[in-house]
Amino acid sequence: MVAAEVIRSIEEKALRMRELIVTDLIGEGKVGHLGGSCSSADIVATLYFHKMKHDPKNPKNPDRDRFLLSKGHAALVQYAALALAGYFPQSELKKVKSLGAMLQGHPDMTKTPGIEANTGSLGQGLSIANGMALGLRIDKSARRVYVIVGDGEQAEGQIWEAAMAAANFKIDNITAIVDCNRLQATGAIKDRFDLNPIRPKWEAFGWNAIEVDGHDVGALIGAFEVTEQVKGKPSVILANTVKGKCISFAENNAAFHNGMLTAEQCKTALCDLETIRKGRA
Amino acid sequence: MATKSLRTAYGEALVALGKDNKNIVALEADLGKSTMSNLFQVAYPERYFEMSIAEANMASTAAGLALTGKIPFINSFAVFSTGRCYDQLRQTISIAGLNVKICGSSAGLSDYGDGSTHQSVEDMSLMRGIPGMTVLVPVDAVETTKMVAAMVNNPGPMYIRINRNDLPILTPTDTPFEIGKLYTMKEGKDVVVFANGVMVSRALAAAEELAAEGVFVKVVNVSTIKPLDRQAVIACAKGMKAVVTAEEHSVIGGLGSAIAEALRLEKGAPIEFVGIEDVFGTSALNYDELLVHYGLTAQAITTKIKGLLK
Repeated sequence: MVAAEVIRSIEEKALRMRELIVTDLIGEGKVGHLGGSCSSADIVATLYFHKMKHDPKNPKNPDRDRFLLSKGHAALVQYAALALAGYFPQSELKKVKSLGAMLQGHPDMTKTPGIEANTGSLGQGLSIANGMALGLRIDKSARRVYVIVGDGEQAEGQIWEAAMAAANFKIDNITAIVDCNRLQATGAIKDRFDLNPIRPKWEAFGWNAIEVDGHDVGALIGAFEVTEQVKGKPSVILANTVKGKCISFAENNAAFHNGMLTAEQCKTALCDLETIRKGRA
Repeated sequence: MATKSLRTAYGEALVALGKDNKNIVALEADLGKSTMSNLFQVAYPERYFEMSIAEANMASTAAGLALTGKIPFINSFAVFSTGRCYDQLRQTISIAGLNVKICGSSAGLSDYGDGSTHQSVEDMSLMRGIPGMTVLVPVDAVETTKMVAAMVNNPGPMYIRINRNDLPILTPTDTPFEIGKLYTMKEGKDVVVFANGVMVSRALAAAEELAAEGVFVKVVNVSTIKPLDRQAVIACAKGMKAVVTAEEHSVIGGLGSAIAEALRLEKGAPIEFVGIEDVFGTSALNYDELLVHYGLTAQAITTKIKGLLK
Protein backbone atom coordinates (compact mmCIF):
# COMPACT_ATOMS: atom_id res chain seq x y z
CA MET A 1 0.00 0.00 0.00
CA VAL A 2 1.43 3.33 -1.05
CA ALA A 3 1.22 6.08 1.52
CA ALA A 4 -1.36 8.80 0.86
CA GLU A 5 1.28 11.51 0.99
CA VAL A 6 3.28 9.77 -1.75
CA ILE A 7 0.22 9.78 -3.98
CA ARG A 8 -0.52 13.42 -3.12
CA SER A 9 3.03 14.39 -3.97
CA ILE A 10 2.83 12.70 -7.40
CA GLU A 11 -0.55 14.33 -8.04
CA GLU A 12 0.96 17.71 -7.19
CA LYS A 13 3.85 17.06 -9.63
CA ALA A 14 1.32 16.28 -12.35
CA LEU A 15 -0.57 19.50 -11.60
CA ARG A 16 2.69 21.45 -11.67
CA MET A 17 3.59 19.82 -15.01
CA ARG A 18 0.25 20.95 -16.45
CA GLU A 19 0.90 24.48 -15.18
CA LEU A 20 4.31 24.53 -16.85
CA ILE A 21 2.74 23.26 -20.07
CA VAL A 22 0.30 26.17 -20.03
CA THR A 23 2.65 28.94 -18.88
CA ASP A 24 6.06 27.96 -20.25
CA LEU A 25 5.70 25.29 -22.92
CA ILE A 26 2.71 26.77 -24.76
CA GLY A 27 2.04 30.28 -23.46
CA GLU A 28 -0.36 33.00 -24.49
CA GLY A 29 -1.19 33.19 -28.16
CA LYS A 30 0.84 30.11 -29.01
CA VAL A 31 0.10 26.62 -30.24
CA GLY A 32 0.99 23.35 -28.53
CA HIS A 33 -0.09 19.76 -27.98
CA LEU A 34 -2.11 20.45 -24.84
CA GLY A 35 -4.71 17.68 -24.99
CA GLY A 36 -2.53 14.60 -25.26
CA SER A 37 0.05 16.04 -22.88
CA CYS A 38 -2.55 16.55 -20.15
CA SER A 39 -4.09 13.12 -20.65
CA SER A 40 -0.65 11.53 -20.07
CA ALA A 41 0.44 13.80 -17.21
CA ASP A 42 -0.48 11.55 -14.27
CA ILE A 43 1.10 8.51 -15.93
CA VAL A 44 4.31 10.40 -16.71
CA ALA A 45 4.46 11.90 -13.20
CA THR A 46 3.97 8.47 -11.60
CA LEU A 47 6.84 7.06 -13.66
CA TYR A 48 9.36 9.87 -13.15
CA PHE A 49 8.56 10.71 -9.55
CA HIS A 50 7.85 7.27 -8.14
CA LYS A 51 8.25 4.23 -10.32
CA MET A 52 11.41 4.58 -12.36
CA LYS A 53 15.03 4.30 -11.33
CA HIS A 54 16.74 7.17 -13.09
CA ASP A 55 19.38 9.80 -12.41
CA PRO A 56 18.89 13.35 -13.72
CA LYS A 57 22.56 14.07 -12.98
CA ASN A 58 23.65 11.08 -15.06
CA PRO A 59 20.98 10.63 -17.72
CA LYS A 60 22.92 7.92 -19.58
CA ASN A 61 23.53 5.72 -16.54
CA PRO A 62 23.19 2.19 -17.97
CA ASP A 63 21.43 1.08 -14.80
CA ARG A 64 18.31 3.16 -15.45
CA ASP A 65 14.75 2.42 -16.40
CA ARG A 66 13.82 3.77 -19.83
CA PHE A 67 10.81 5.87 -20.68
CA LEU A 68 9.73 6.89 -24.13
CA LEU A 69 6.73 8.49 -25.71
CA SER A 70 5.71 6.62 -28.79
CA LYS A 71 3.14 9.42 -29.13
CA GLY A 72 6.00 11.87 -29.48
CA HIS A 73 3.73 14.87 -29.97
CA ALA A 74 3.03 14.80 -26.22
CA ALA A 75 6.65 15.87 -25.69
CA LEU A 76 5.53 18.85 -23.60
CA VAL A 77 4.49 16.62 -20.70
CA GLN A 78 7.86 14.86 -20.74
CA TYR A 79 9.73 18.17 -20.94
CA ALA A 80 7.84 19.43 -17.90
CA ALA A 81 8.66 16.24 -15.97
CA LEU A 82 12.33 16.31 -16.99
CA ALA A 83 12.67 19.95 -15.91
CA LEU A 84 11.00 19.27 -12.55
CA ALA A 85 13.21 16.21 -12.07
CA GLY A 86 16.31 18.34 -12.70
CA TYR A 87 17.52 17.10 -16.08
CA PHE A 88 17.87 20.69 -17.27
CA PRO A 89 17.00 24.17 -15.94
CA GLN A 90 13.36 25.13 -15.97
CA SER A 91 14.38 28.21 -17.99
CA GLU A 92 14.74 25.94 -21.04
CA LEU A 93 10.98 25.34 -21.14
CA LYS A 94 10.07 28.75 -22.52
CA LYS A 95 12.54 28.32 -25.38
CA VAL A 96 10.73 25.24 -26.69
CA LYS A 97 10.56 24.98 -30.50
CA SER A 98 12.69 28.13 -30.95
CA LEU A 99 15.73 28.03 -33.22
CA GLY A 100 18.66 26.44 -31.43
CA ALA A 101 16.56 25.28 -28.48
CA MET A 102 17.29 22.13 -26.52
CA LEU A 103 13.58 21.31 -26.61
CA GLN A 104 12.33 20.44 -30.08
CA GLY A 105 8.76 20.11 -31.33
CA HIS A 106 9.11 16.36 -30.94
CA PRO A 107 11.50 14.42 -28.64
CA ASP A 108 15.11 14.55 -29.81
CA MET A 109 17.64 12.50 -27.84
CA THR A 110 20.54 14.30 -29.48
CA LYS A 111 19.47 17.64 -28.02
CA THR A 112 17.60 16.98 -24.78
CA PRO A 113 19.04 15.23 -21.71
CA GLY A 114 16.71 12.47 -20.55
CA ILE A 115 15.09 11.82 -23.92
CA GLU A 116 15.70 8.20 -24.85
CA ALA A 117 14.78 8.12 -28.54
CA ASN A 118 13.63 10.30 -31.40
CA THR A 119 9.91 9.77 -31.79
CA GLY A 120 7.16 11.67 -33.52
CA SER A 121 6.51 9.57 -36.57
CA LEU A 122 3.72 7.57 -34.99
CA GLY A 123 3.69 3.83 -34.57
CA GLN A 124 7.39 3.27 -33.94
CA GLY A 125 7.91 3.69 -30.21
CA LEU A 126 6.68 0.27 -29.15
CA SER A 127 9.16 -1.37 -31.53
CA ILE A 128 11.97 0.82 -30.20
CA ALA A 129 10.98 -0.10 -26.65
CA ASN A 130 11.06 -3.80 -27.58
CA GLY A 131 14.57 -3.38 -28.93
CA MET A 132 15.66 -1.67 -25.71
CA ALA A 133 14.06 -4.42 -23.65
CA LEU A 134 15.83 -7.11 -25.69
CA GLY A 135 19.12 -5.25 -25.31
CA LEU A 136 18.63 -5.03 -21.54
CA ARG A 137 17.80 -8.73 -21.49
CA ILE A 138 21.04 -9.61 -23.32
CA ASP A 139 22.89 -7.52 -20.72
CA LYS A 140 21.01 -9.31 -17.91
CA SER A 141 19.85 -5.92 -16.63
CA ALA A 142 17.08 -5.71 -14.05
CA ARG A 143 15.86 -2.45 -15.56
CA ARG A 144 12.55 -1.96 -17.35
CA VAL A 145 11.24 -0.08 -20.38
CA TYR A 146 8.09 2.05 -20.17
CA VAL A 147 6.46 3.34 -23.33
CA ILE A 148 3.30 5.40 -23.78
CA VAL A 149 1.32 4.68 -26.93
CA GLY A 150 -1.59 6.85 -28.00
CA ASP A 151 -4.94 5.18 -28.53
CA GLY A 152 -5.26 6.90 -31.90
CA GLU A 153 -1.75 5.71 -32.67
CA GLN A 154 -3.00 2.14 -32.58
CA ALA A 155 -4.20 2.73 -36.15
CA GLU A 156 -0.55 2.43 -37.20
CA GLY A 157 0.04 -1.16 -38.28
CA GLN A 158 3.52 -1.21 -36.84
CA ILE A 159 2.05 -1.10 -33.32
CA TRP A 160 0.60 -4.53 -33.97
CA GLU A 161 3.83 -5.79 -35.56
CA ALA A 162 5.53 -4.76 -32.33
CA ALA A 163 2.79 -6.36 -30.25
CA MET A 164 3.33 -9.67 -32.07
CA ALA A 165 7.08 -9.41 -31.68
CA ALA A 166 6.99 -8.68 -27.94
CA ALA A 167 4.78 -11.68 -27.24
CA ASN A 168 6.86 -13.93 -29.49
CA PHE A 169 10.10 -12.94 -27.74
CA LYS A 170 8.39 -13.18 -24.34
CA ILE A 171 9.56 -9.68 -23.49
CA ASP A 172 8.51 -9.23 -19.86
CA ASN A 173 10.70 -6.24 -19.00
CA ILE A 174 8.45 -3.86 -20.89
CA THR A 175 5.32 -2.03 -19.77
CA ALA A 176 3.35 -0.34 -22.51
CA ILE A 177 0.76 2.19 -21.46
CA VAL A 178 -1.98 3.10 -23.92
CA ASP A 179 -3.22 6.61 -23.20
CA CYS A 180 -6.88 5.98 -24.01
CA ASN A 181 -8.17 9.54 -24.34
CA ARG A 182 -10.53 8.53 -27.18
CA LEU A 183 -9.66 11.48 -29.41
CA GLN A 184 -7.23 11.94 -32.28
CA ALA A 185 -6.19 15.15 -34.04
CA THR A 186 -9.38 15.70 -35.98
CA GLY A 187 -12.04 14.14 -33.77
CA ALA A 188 -13.27 10.99 -32.05
CA ILE A 189 -11.35 7.78 -32.74
CA LYS A 190 -14.61 5.84 -32.81
CA ASP A 191 -15.64 7.90 -35.85
CA ARG A 192 -12.43 6.94 -37.69
CA PHE A 193 -11.01 3.47 -37.15
CA ASP A 194 -12.85 2.28 -34.07
CA LEU A 195 -10.64 -0.29 -32.32
CA ASN A 196 -12.99 -0.93 -29.42
CA PRO A 197 -12.91 -3.17 -27.58
CA ILE A 198 -9.15 -2.65 -27.23
CA ARG A 199 -8.39 -5.01 -24.37
CA PRO A 200 -9.24 -8.29 -26.12
CA LYS A 201 -7.08 -7.23 -29.04
CA TRP A 202 -3.99 -6.86 -26.87
CA GLU A 203 -4.85 -10.09 -25.07
CA ALA A 204 -5.28 -11.90 -28.37
CA PHE A 205 -1.82 -10.68 -29.36
CA GLY A 206 -0.43 -12.39 -26.26
CA TRP A 207 -0.22 -9.50 -23.83
CA ASN A 208 -1.17 -9.25 -20.19
CA ALA A 209 -3.61 -6.32 -20.21
CA ILE A 210 -4.74 -4.24 -17.24
CA GLU A 211 -7.33 -1.49 -17.40
CA VAL A 212 -7.07 1.46 -15.02
CA ASP A 213 -8.18 5.04 -14.56
CA GLY A 214 -5.19 6.86 -16.02
CA HIS A 215 -5.68 9.80 -13.66
CA ASP A 216 -5.79 7.70 -10.49
CA VAL A 217 -2.19 7.72 -9.31
CA GLY A 218 -2.78 5.01 -6.70
CA ALA A 219 -4.33 2.74 -9.32
CA LEU A 220 -1.47 3.44 -11.73
CA ILE A 221 1.11 2.52 -9.10
CA GLY A 222 -0.79 -0.69 -8.43
CA ALA A 223 -0.94 -1.51 -12.13
CA PHE A 224 2.79 -0.91 -12.58
CA GLU A 225 3.49 -3.26 -9.67
CA VAL A 226 1.30 -5.96 -11.18
CA THR A 227 3.04 -5.71 -14.56
CA GLU A 228 6.45 -6.23 -12.91
CA GLN A 229 5.28 -9.54 -11.52
CA VAL A 230 4.10 -10.94 -14.86
CA LYS A 231 6.76 -13.21 -16.32
CA GLY A 232 7.09 -14.64 -19.81
CA LYS A 233 4.80 -12.16 -21.54
CA PRO A 234 4.61 -8.43 -22.13
CA SER A 235 2.22 -6.20 -20.21
CA VAL A 236 0.09 -3.30 -21.30
CA ILE A 237 -1.80 -0.87 -19.10
CA LEU A 238 -4.88 0.48 -20.82
CA ALA A 239 -5.20 3.83 -19.09
CA ASN A 240 -8.58 5.45 -19.47
CA THR A 241 -7.91 9.14 -19.64
CA VAL A 242 -9.46 12.45 -20.56
CA LYS A 243 -7.86 14.46 -23.33
CA GLY A 244 -6.97 17.88 -21.92
CA LYS A 245 -7.51 16.60 -18.35
CA CYS A 246 -7.80 19.31 -15.66
CA ILE A 247 -8.17 22.16 -18.18
CA SER A 248 -11.93 22.77 -18.32
CA PHE A 249 -12.26 24.04 -21.89
CA ALA A 250 -9.80 21.50 -23.29
CA GLU A 251 -11.27 18.36 -21.71
CA ASN A 252 -12.61 15.95 -24.33
CA ASN A 253 -12.08 18.63 -26.97
CA ALA A 254 -10.13 17.60 -30.07
CA ALA A 255 -9.61 21.27 -30.94
CA PHE A 256 -6.91 21.33 -28.26
CA HIS A 257 -4.99 18.37 -29.67
CA ASN A 258 -2.62 21.04 -30.98
CA GLY A 259 -4.55 24.21 -30.33
CA MET A 260 -3.72 27.83 -29.64
CA LEU A 261 -4.21 29.25 -26.17
CA THR A 262 -5.49 32.80 -25.83
CA ALA A 263 -4.47 34.93 -22.83
CA GLU A 264 -7.93 34.38 -21.42
CA GLN A 265 -7.66 30.59 -21.85
CA CYS A 266 -4.26 30.53 -20.16
CA LYS A 267 -5.80 32.35 -17.20
CA THR A 268 -8.75 29.96 -17.07
CA ALA A 269 -6.43 26.95 -17.28
CA LEU A 270 -4.28 28.14 -14.36
CA CYS A 271 -7.44 28.91 -12.39
CA ASP A 272 -8.74 25.37 -13.09
CA LEU A 273 -5.49 23.84 -11.88
CA GLU A 274 -5.43 25.97 -8.73
CA THR A 275 -9.02 25.01 -7.96
CA ILE A 276 -8.10 21.33 -8.21
CA ARG A 277 -5.08 21.91 -5.96
CA LYS A 278 -7.22 23.64 -3.32
CA GLY A 279 -9.83 20.91 -3.54
CA ARG A 280 -7.17 18.32 -2.69
CA ALA A 281 -5.70 20.27 0.23
CA MET B 1 38.35 -15.34 -63.29
CA ALA B 2 37.48 -16.59 -59.82
CA THR B 3 34.06 -15.64 -58.55
CA LYS B 4 32.51 -15.73 -55.11
CA SER B 5 29.17 -14.95 -53.51
CA LEU B 6 29.08 -11.56 -51.82
CA ARG B 7 26.21 -12.55 -49.57
CA THR B 8 28.08 -15.59 -48.31
CA ALA B 9 31.05 -13.32 -47.64
CA TYR B 10 28.69 -10.98 -45.78
CA GLY B 11 27.26 -13.73 -43.56
CA GLU B 12 30.70 -15.20 -42.88
CA ALA B 13 32.09 -11.78 -42.00
CA LEU B 14 29.28 -11.20 -39.49
CA VAL B 15 30.03 -14.55 -37.87
CA ALA B 16 33.78 -13.89 -37.75
CA LEU B 17 33.34 -10.41 -36.25
CA GLY B 18 30.64 -11.58 -33.86
CA LYS B 19 33.04 -14.01 -32.21
CA ASP B 20 34.91 -11.29 -30.32
CA ASN B 21 32.42 -8.45 -30.53
CA LYS B 22 29.47 -9.58 -28.44
CA ASN B 23 27.60 -6.36 -29.20
CA ILE B 24 26.91 -7.45 -32.76
CA VAL B 25 23.32 -8.64 -33.17
CA ALA B 26 21.44 -9.55 -36.33
CA LEU B 27 17.78 -9.11 -37.20
CA GLU B 28 16.19 -10.83 -40.15
CA ALA B 29 12.87 -10.51 -41.97
CA ASP B 30 12.38 -14.12 -43.03
CA LEU B 31 14.99 -14.05 -45.79
CA GLY B 32 17.95 -15.38 -43.82
CA LYS B 33 18.63 -18.15 -46.31
CA SER B 34 19.06 -15.52 -49.03
CA THR B 35 20.76 -12.72 -47.14
CA MET B 36 22.93 -15.37 -45.43
CA SER B 37 22.27 -13.87 -42.02
CA ASN B 38 21.32 -17.45 -41.16
CA LEU B 39 25.04 -18.15 -40.70
CA PHE B 40 24.95 -15.75 -37.75
CA GLN B 41 21.83 -17.46 -36.44
CA VAL B 42 23.62 -20.81 -36.31
CA ALA B 43 26.69 -19.32 -34.64
CA TYR B 44 25.03 -17.05 -32.08
CA PRO B 45 21.32 -17.88 -31.71
CA GLU B 46 21.04 -15.69 -28.59
CA ARG B 47 22.04 -12.63 -30.61
CA TYR B 48 19.88 -13.37 -33.63
CA PHE B 49 16.30 -12.14 -33.92
CA GLU B 50 13.99 -13.58 -36.55
CA MET B 51 11.67 -10.59 -36.95
CA SER B 52 9.43 -12.35 -39.43
CA ILE B 53 7.72 -10.56 -42.30
CA ALA B 54 7.56 -7.17 -40.58
CA GLU B 55 10.39 -4.98 -41.82
CA ALA B 56 9.25 -1.70 -40.26
CA ASN B 57 9.16 -3.27 -36.82
CA MET B 58 12.56 -4.85 -37.47
CA ALA B 59 14.13 -1.46 -38.20
CA SER B 60 12.70 0.27 -35.13
CA THR B 61 13.58 -2.71 -32.91
CA ALA B 62 17.14 -2.39 -34.17
CA ALA B 63 17.04 1.26 -33.10
CA GLY B 64 16.14 0.16 -29.58
CA LEU B 65 18.94 -2.39 -29.55
CA ALA B 66 21.41 0.27 -30.71
CA LEU B 67 20.20 2.46 -27.85
CA THR B 68 21.40 -0.19 -25.41
CA GLY B 69 24.84 -0.31 -26.99
CA LYS B 70 24.33 -3.13 -29.45
CA ILE B 71 25.45 -3.04 -33.09
CA PRO B 72 22.39 -4.34 -34.93
CA PHE B 73 22.50 -5.46 -38.55
CA ILE B 74 19.05 -5.57 -40.14
CA ASN B 75 18.67 -7.84 -43.12
CA SER B 76 16.33 -8.11 -46.05
CA PHE B 77 16.28 -7.61 -49.78
CA ALA B 78 17.45 -4.11 -50.70
CA VAL B 79 14.06 -3.14 -52.01
CA PHE B 80 12.50 -3.91 -48.61
CA SER B 81 15.26 -2.90 -46.19
CA THR B 82 15.30 0.57 -47.76
CA GLY B 83 11.80 1.15 -49.14
CA ARG B 84 9.64 -0.83 -46.77
CA CYS B 85 11.14 0.81 -43.69
CA TYR B 86 12.30 4.13 -45.09
CA ASP B 87 10.43 6.14 -42.47
CA GLN B 88 11.91 4.07 -39.64
CA LEU B 89 15.42 4.48 -41.05
CA ARG B 90 14.88 8.21 -41.40
CA GLN B 91 13.05 9.13 -38.22
CA THR B 92 14.44 7.19 -35.34
CA ILE B 93 17.70 5.80 -36.68
CA SER B 94 19.18 8.53 -38.83
CA ILE B 95 17.98 11.70 -37.11
CA ALA B 96 19.61 10.40 -33.95
CA GLY B 97 22.58 8.93 -35.85
CA LEU B 98 22.01 5.53 -34.26
CA ASN B 99 24.50 2.74 -34.84
CA VAL B 100 22.23 0.59 -37.01
CA LYS B 101 23.62 -1.26 -40.04
CA ILE B 102 21.29 -1.98 -42.93
CA CYS B 103 21.91 -4.85 -45.30
CA GLY B 104 20.23 -4.49 -48.68
CA SER B 105 20.65 -7.94 -50.15
CA SER B 106 19.70 -9.17 -53.64
CA ALA B 107 20.16 -5.54 -54.70
CA GLY B 108 19.79 -3.97 -58.12
CA LEU B 109 18.62 -6.41 -60.78
CA SER B 110 20.49 -9.29 -59.19
CA ASP B 111 17.30 -11.05 -58.12
CA TYR B 112 16.65 -11.45 -61.83
CA GLY B 113 13.77 -13.91 -61.71
CA ASP B 114 11.58 -12.12 -59.17
CA GLY B 115 10.94 -9.05 -61.30
CA SER B 116 10.30 -5.40 -60.57
CA THR B 117 8.84 -5.82 -57.08
CA HIS B 118 12.06 -7.45 -55.86
CA GLN B 119 14.62 -5.47 -57.84
CA SER B 120 15.94 -2.24 -56.38
CA VAL B 121 16.70 0.45 -58.92
CA GLU B 122 16.48 3.38 -56.50
CA ASP B 123 17.87 2.12 -53.17
CA MET B 124 21.14 4.05 -53.41
CA SER B 125 19.18 7.19 -54.17
CA LEU B 126 16.89 6.68 -51.17
CA MET B 127 19.73 5.98 -48.77
CA ARG B 128 22.00 8.68 -50.17
CA GLY B 129 19.28 11.25 -49.54
CA ILE B 130 19.21 10.61 -45.80
CA PRO B 131 21.55 12.99 -43.94
CA GLY B 132 24.33 11.12 -42.17
CA MET B 133 23.72 7.76 -43.86
CA THR B 134 26.83 5.97 -45.14
CA VAL B 135 26.21 4.08 -48.39
CA LEU B 136 28.48 1.20 -49.36
CA VAL B 137 28.52 -0.92 -52.51
CA PRO B 138 31.02 -3.78 -52.48
CA VAL B 139 32.56 -4.80 -55.78
CA ASP B 140 33.30 -8.37 -54.77
CA ALA B 141 33.31 -10.85 -51.90
CA VAL B 142 36.74 -9.74 -50.69
CA GLU B 143 35.68 -6.11 -50.39
CA THR B 144 32.42 -7.20 -48.75
CA THR B 145 34.35 -8.89 -45.95
CA LYS B 146 36.43 -5.79 -45.28
CA MET B 147 33.41 -3.55 -45.53
CA VAL B 148 31.44 -5.41 -42.87
CA ALA B 149 34.40 -4.97 -40.52
CA ALA B 150 34.49 -1.26 -41.32
CA MET B 151 30.76 -1.05 -40.58
CA VAL B 152 31.32 -2.59 -37.16
CA ASN B 153 34.31 -0.38 -36.41
CA ASN B 154 32.71 2.93 -37.39
CA PRO B 155 29.65 4.33 -35.62
CA GLY B 156 26.46 5.56 -37.24
CA PRO B 157 23.81 4.37 -39.67
CA MET B 158 25.20 2.57 -42.71
CA TYR B 159 23.73 0.85 -45.73
CA ILE B 160 25.47 -1.96 -47.60
CA ARG B 161 24.14 -2.96 -51.03
CA ILE B 162 24.84 -6.59 -51.79
CA ASN B 163 24.50 -8.40 -55.11
CA ARG B 164 22.74 -11.76 -55.09
CA ASN B 165 25.01 -13.42 -57.63
CA ASP B 166 28.60 -14.60 -57.57
CA LEU B 167 30.80 -11.81 -58.92
CA PRO B 168 34.43 -11.88 -60.11
CA ILE B 169 37.00 -11.22 -57.42
CA LEU B 170 38.71 -7.98 -58.44
CA THR B 171 40.33 -6.78 -55.23
CA PRO B 172 43.28 -8.15 -53.24
CA THR B 173 42.76 -9.55 -49.78
CA ASP B 174 45.77 -7.82 -48.27
CA THR B 175 44.92 -4.16 -48.85
CA PRO B 176 42.86 -2.31 -46.27
CA PHE B 177 39.40 -0.93 -47.00
CA GLU B 178 38.53 2.52 -45.80
CA ILE B 179 35.06 4.04 -45.88
CA GLY B 180 35.05 7.01 -48.25
CA LYS B 181 38.16 6.06 -50.21
CA LEU B 182 38.18 5.69 -54.00
CA TYR B 183 39.97 2.65 -55.38
CA THR B 184 41.68 2.86 -58.76
CA MET B 185 41.35 -0.51 -60.47
CA LYS B 186 43.17 0.45 -63.64
CA GLU B 187 45.17 3.53 -64.60
CA GLY B 188 44.47 5.49 -67.78
CA LYS B 189 45.15 8.99 -69.08
CA ASP B 190 42.28 9.76 -71.46
CA VAL B 191 39.01 8.86 -69.84
CA VAL B 192 37.85 8.02 -66.31
CA VAL B 193 35.03 5.61 -65.55
CA PHE B 194 33.59 5.74 -62.04
CA ALA B 195 31.81 2.45 -61.41
CA ASN B 196 30.61 0.30 -58.56
CA GLY B 197 29.26 -3.17 -57.91
CA VAL B 198 28.89 -5.46 -60.90
CA MET B 199 29.64 -2.58 -63.28
CA VAL B 200 33.30 -2.38 -62.25
CA SER B 201 34.04 -5.61 -64.11
CA ARG B 202 32.18 -4.25 -67.14
CA ALA B 203 34.18 -1.02 -66.98
CA LEU B 204 37.44 -2.97 -66.85
CA ALA B 205 36.37 -4.93 -69.95
CA ALA B 206 35.51 -1.68 -71.73
CA ALA B 207 38.91 -0.24 -70.77
CA GLU B 208 40.67 -3.27 -72.20
CA GLU B 209 38.77 -3.01 -75.44
CA LEU B 210 39.48 0.70 -75.81
CA ALA B 211 43.17 0.29 -74.96
CA ALA B 212 43.48 -1.77 -78.14
CA GLU B 213 42.18 1.28 -79.97
CA GLY B 214 44.62 3.63 -78.26
CA VAL B 215 42.20 5.12 -75.73
CA PHE B 216 43.38 4.68 -72.17
CA VAL B 217 40.67 4.47 -69.57
CA LYS B 218 41.12 4.86 -65.83
CA VAL B 219 38.64 2.72 -63.88
CA VAL B 220 37.73 3.78 -60.36
CA ASN B 221 35.75 1.63 -57.94
CA VAL B 222 33.47 3.94 -55.98
CA SER B 223 32.51 1.44 -53.32
CA THR B 224 31.58 4.23 -50.93
CA ILE B 225 28.89 6.37 -52.53
CA LYS B 226 28.51 8.41 -49.38
CA PRO B 227 30.46 10.04 -47.86
CA LEU B 228 32.04 10.68 -51.25
CA ASP B 229 35.60 12.01 -51.30
CA ARG B 230 34.91 15.00 -53.52
CA GLN B 231 38.55 16.08 -53.85
CA ALA B 232 39.54 12.56 -54.88
CA VAL B 233 36.79 12.52 -57.53
CA ILE B 234 38.01 15.89 -58.85
CA ALA B 235 41.59 14.61 -58.91
CA CYS B 236 40.57 11.49 -60.86
CA ALA B 237 38.68 13.59 -63.42
CA LYS B 238 41.43 16.18 -63.84
CA GLY B 239 42.86 16.29 -67.36
CA MET B 240 40.50 13.62 -68.65
CA LYS B 241 38.69 14.03 -71.97
CA ALA B 242 35.57 12.24 -70.75
CA VAL B 243 33.95 11.11 -67.51
CA VAL B 244 31.55 8.16 -67.51
CA THR B 245 29.75 6.60 -64.56
CA ALA B 246 28.45 3.04 -64.54
CA GLU B 247 26.02 1.61 -62.01
CA GLU B 248 23.37 -1.08 -61.69
CA HIS B 249 20.84 1.51 -60.52
CA SER B 250 18.67 4.27 -61.86
CA VAL B 251 20.59 7.15 -63.42
CA ILE B 252 18.64 9.33 -60.99
CA GLY B 253 20.11 9.73 -57.53
CA GLY B 254 22.83 7.09 -57.50
CA LEU B 255 26.51 7.02 -58.44
CA GLY B 256 26.14 9.14 -61.56
CA SER B 257 24.35 11.85 -59.61
CA ALA B 258 26.93 11.70 -56.84
CA ILE B 259 29.84 12.11 -59.30
CA ALA B 260 28.07 14.91 -61.17
CA GLU B 261 27.45 16.67 -57.85
CA ALA B 262 31.11 16.31 -56.93
CA LEU B 263 32.28 17.72 -60.27
CA ARG B 264 29.70 20.50 -60.48
CA LEU B 265 32.21 23.33 -60.21
CA GLU B 266 34.82 21.77 -62.51
CA LYS B 267 35.26 23.06 -66.02
CA GLY B 268 36.44 19.69 -67.17
CA ALA B 269 35.35 16.86 -69.35
CA PRO B 270 31.74 16.11 -70.24
CA ILE B 271 29.95 13.50 -68.10
CA GLU B 272 27.79 10.62 -69.28
CA PHE B 273 25.90 8.01 -67.27
CA VAL B 274 25.51 4.26 -67.80
CA GLY B 275 22.60 3.10 -65.67
CA ILE B 276 18.93 2.23 -65.70
CA GLU B 277 16.97 4.95 -67.48
CA ASP B 278 14.27 5.74 -64.91
CA VAL B 279 12.32 2.51 -65.31
CA PHE B 280 11.60 -0.45 -63.03
CA GLY B 281 13.13 -3.89 -63.41
CA THR B 282 11.57 -6.96 -64.96
CA SER B 283 11.89 -10.73 -64.76
CA ALA B 284 14.50 -12.62 -66.76
CA LEU B 285 15.83 -16.15 -66.74
CA ASN B 286 19.41 -15.13 -66.10
CA TYR B 287 21.25 -12.16 -64.70
CA ASP B 288 23.47 -11.35 -67.69
CA GLU B 289 20.49 -11.30 -70.02
CA LEU B 290 18.85 -8.70 -67.77
CA LEU B 291 21.98 -6.55 -67.58
CA VAL B 292 22.15 -6.59 -71.39
CA HIS B 293 18.45 -5.66 -71.59
CA TYR B 294 19.06 -2.54 -69.50
CA GLY B 295 22.29 -1.63 -71.27
CA LEU B 296 24.50 -2.38 -68.32
CA THR B 297 27.37 -3.77 -70.37
CA ALA B 298 30.97 -3.11 -71.33
CA GLN B 299 29.68 -2.31 -74.80
CA ALA B 300 27.39 0.39 -73.42
CA ILE B 301 30.29 1.95 -71.52
CA THR B 302 32.48 1.88 -74.66
CA THR B 303 29.74 3.48 -76.72
CA LYS B 304 29.19 6.27 -74.20
CA ILE B 305 32.94 6.95 -74.01
CA LYS B 306 33.23 7.10 -77.79
CA GLY B 307 30.22 9.39 -77.93
CA LEU B 308 31.92 11.86 -75.61
CA LEU B 309 35.26 11.66 -77.44
CA LYS B 310 33.76 12.50 -80.84
